[in-house]
Amino acid sequence: MESPERVKPILRDLFAAQSLAVLATHDDNGHPYASLMAFAATDDLKQLLIATARSTRKYANLAADPRVALLIDSRSNRDSDIHRAVAVTVLGEAREVEEAERDRLVRLYLSKHPHLEEFVRSPSCALIQVRVARYHLVSKFQEVMELHVKQ
Amino acid sequence: MNLVIPLQEIRSDDRPRVGGKCFALARMACSGIAVPDTVCVTAEAYDAYVALTGLRERILLELSRKDFDDMRWEEIWDASLRIRNMFLNKPIPPELDTAIRDPLKSHFSDAGVVVRSSAPAEDSSSASFAGLHESFVNVRGIDAILEHVRLVWASLWSDAALLYRQELGLDVEKSTMAVVVQEIVVGERSGVAFSQSPTDASQAVIESVHGLNQGLVDGTVEPDRWVLDRATRTIVSHTAAQRDQFVVPGPGGVRLAPLPRGVSGRAPLSDQEAVTVFNLALRSEKLFGMPQDMEWTLRGEELIALQSRPITTLSDDEANDKRRWYLSLRRSFENLKALRLKIERELIPGMIKEASRLAEQDVAQLSDPELAHEIERRSGIYENWTSVYWAEFIPFAHGIRLFGQVYNDAVRPEDPYEFMDLLGATPMASVERNQALEDMAAIIRNDPILAEKLRNQTYADVELDFVARVDNFVQTFGDLSCPITGGVGCGQVPDALVKILLEMAAHPPAETHLALTDIDALEKRFLSRFEEGERTQAAELLDLARTSYQLRDDDNIHLGRIQAQALAAANAGRERLETRGVTDVDALDAAEVAKALENPNYVPQPREQEEKSQADFTMKARQLIGQPAGPGICTGKARVIVSTADLTDFKYGEVLVCDAVDPNMTFVVPLTAGIVERRGGMLIHGAIIAREYGLPCVTGVPDAISLIRTGDPLTVDGYLGIVTIG
Repeated sequence: MESPERVKPILRDLFAAQSLAVLATHDDNGHPYASLMAFAATDDLKQLLIATARSTRKYANLAADPRVALLIDSRSNRDSDIHRAVAVTVLGEAREVEEAERDRLVRLYLSKHPHLEEFVRSPSCALIQVRVARYHLVSKFQEVMELHVKQ
Repeated sequence: MNLVIPLQEIRSDDRPRVGGKCFALARMACSGIAVPDTVCVTAEAYDAYVALTGLRERILLELSRKDFDDMRWEEIWDASLRIRNMFLNKPIPPELDTAIRDPLKSHFSDAGVVVRSSAPAEDSSSASFAGLHESFVNVRGIDAILEHVRLVWASLWSDAALLYRQELGLDVEKSTMAVVVQEIVVGERSGVAFSQSPTDASQAVIESVHGLNQGLVDGTVEPDRWVLDRATRTIVSHTAAQRDQFVVPGPGGVRLAPLPRGVSGRAPLSDQEAVTVFNLALRSEKLFGMPQDMEWTLRGEELIALQSRPITTLSDDEANDKRRWYLSLRRSFENLKALRLKIERELIPGMIKEASRLAEQDVAQLSDPELAHEIERRSGIYENWTSVYWAEFIPFAHGIRLFGQVYNDAVRPEDPYEFMDLLGATPMASVERNQALEDMAAIIRNDPILAEKLRNQTYADVELDFVARVDNFVQTFGDLSCPITGGVGCGQVPDALVKILLEMAAHPPAETHLALTDIDALEKRFLSRFEEGERTQAAELLDLARTSYQLRDDDNIHLGRIQAQALAAANAGRERLETRGVTDVDALDAAEVAKALENPNYVPQPREQEEKSQADFTMKARQLIGQPAGPGICTGKARVIVSTADLTDFKYGEVLVCDAVDPNMTFVVPLTAGIVERRGGMLIHGAIIAREYGLPCVTGVPDAISLIRTGDPLTVDGYLGIVTIG
């Protein structure tokens, strides 16, 4: 029987192995906008963390509409990717990390991306948490499983 | 680089490119043992072929659809069949063709040759398996040789090889295949030699037949057998065979012929010759440093080694390995013909008789202990027939596979399952049942008053000839309330038959998909691919395959009738327990019912039920992958079949989702838009009946019935094998 417990390890492995995610936001006209982001996931898989300077287009987009999608995958730019690569599309809502939580989440984020310390600690940088509503996991070329998350 | 190299030019570091079999031949030739004139088409040729044609990726994609561990044997066979068809339909690209064709042509001109596999992973001491890959004897002409080289390449991915993928170290990205092409040595006597007996290390075993040894190797010709003492090189025993047939070269292969009278009385070897063969095997054993399993032939007095490989002894684990049973399903045409007679003359009539004998007995008359005994007796009878089913019917059903391969080789269709259409023109019991249902539905469709009476359950007013029709149907096929054909009154579902009939009558009749004329054309095309002399055998094979196809369905119905009787006794027992005050009797299995009937103080144990837990995460399948098993695409609401009651609620236009369709369930097929099944394979009933009705069908979807819920909107893509939920 397929259960969340069978999918979670796949997500954990993927999130541990990959450092970058593609973030999708949209502008005022509704036009989609994609950005490559260093990300980290919380242990309970309920949140993903990304960081961006406040002056960026994506930050403006997020501020106007917090609904986002992220794509994380294990492709290696080989033919075998078609059936071997795993990709997960994440749907959720983004918001800036609250002050009370900031320390803990910064540490979590930096444990994965230590070289971004200066960037994250900069006053102009926003640490953003995406509260996950749903994972869409694609494997074996086109098998799709959804994992719904109660926040 | 030379892609074709003669045996004499093979060097000690060439093993990875020429493969185990070829390398062993080269070493034997080098040490002075007579071997056939041989050249090797190296593994690089295979690599170039799959790279240039893009087949490597397609194989990769085919084999990555599903984890091997989740695949049933039939699915592995299907994957292998599809891969074989890729090779059949992809000619060798011109530049590669020239590099192989020219040296082969100049070496063999028009002589008949043997084309054998020589996989680099095969025949090494750790992985020695006979018969995992293909060999072809008496191939004539350069075009035919090249075709067979491709077939040997394809056999790198044979179902047998895929089953033993771990032992073989089969790896889609790395595995490769060399091919041995050698002169055919037409010996008058042939055989195999085990330099050391697998059962007694002090002995050796020689087996021999008249003619070529294909008959011995594939088990159609029984060999004479000698056991020798290794130390003294003397004969311990000789067991003569019933010698009546032998294998001789035939057009484009070999054929079985009756042994001439003068020869059949004679052992193929004298005792002296058996010792000579043993000495050769021993020489090979010394050369390779371990006991050998050698194939040999005698041309006149000249003893020629055909191949030699290490003997692997089986550990107990391997001997119990179910894969061996699966491989034993690959039966020869002769074997299947004999099996067919047994099934038609003995087993099917036996099952029919058994079911009617059981039906005659009225279990209501029995006392509680007698009923307990009867429940157990009937379970035993049912189990007994189930084992007959596995031992005889399933191997026979695999006659379809033999035909499928012959059909694909001859016709090379785009669709590797086209042969199923040719077999589908056979009346099956389930189709007959569905026709009877449709006939009744048609009457209701044209008679609104009758429909009204049935809807209101005012059965007393229904015309007698319709009642008679229904009774007749129930007698033959049961009232559809039971999980098996022939079952009646399974309780939970009153008026199951009427419900189904009303639903059918409310909609246009389903049409079966193939017109007889199409089948005629397919049959003509198939037979036209054979030379005059072979056509009769091809027609015989078609006839055999049709019987197999039909039985694949019918045997389940017959077995279902016996099961219905076992169930009837158990149900009678459940009713008695219920009147005694036992609750939830439906959750008791037959053995528990019998125990409780025998002993009034016994407290029966219900089967365990699974509990599901709640959490922050819930899983939902969005898109599932299986095998495309019936072309077409449809959308409809899911009807997930967990128990029989689910079937009788079936609505027109729904998608049948189930763990395993069996013919006893297929009466809802005329109402369905598509079929999704957990069990995989093209020869399963779901796939067969979907093809019959032209329905989109996806099989081999893991956990289909737990991931899909009744009422979920489904899209079934039977072209790509995808099921989308929601």
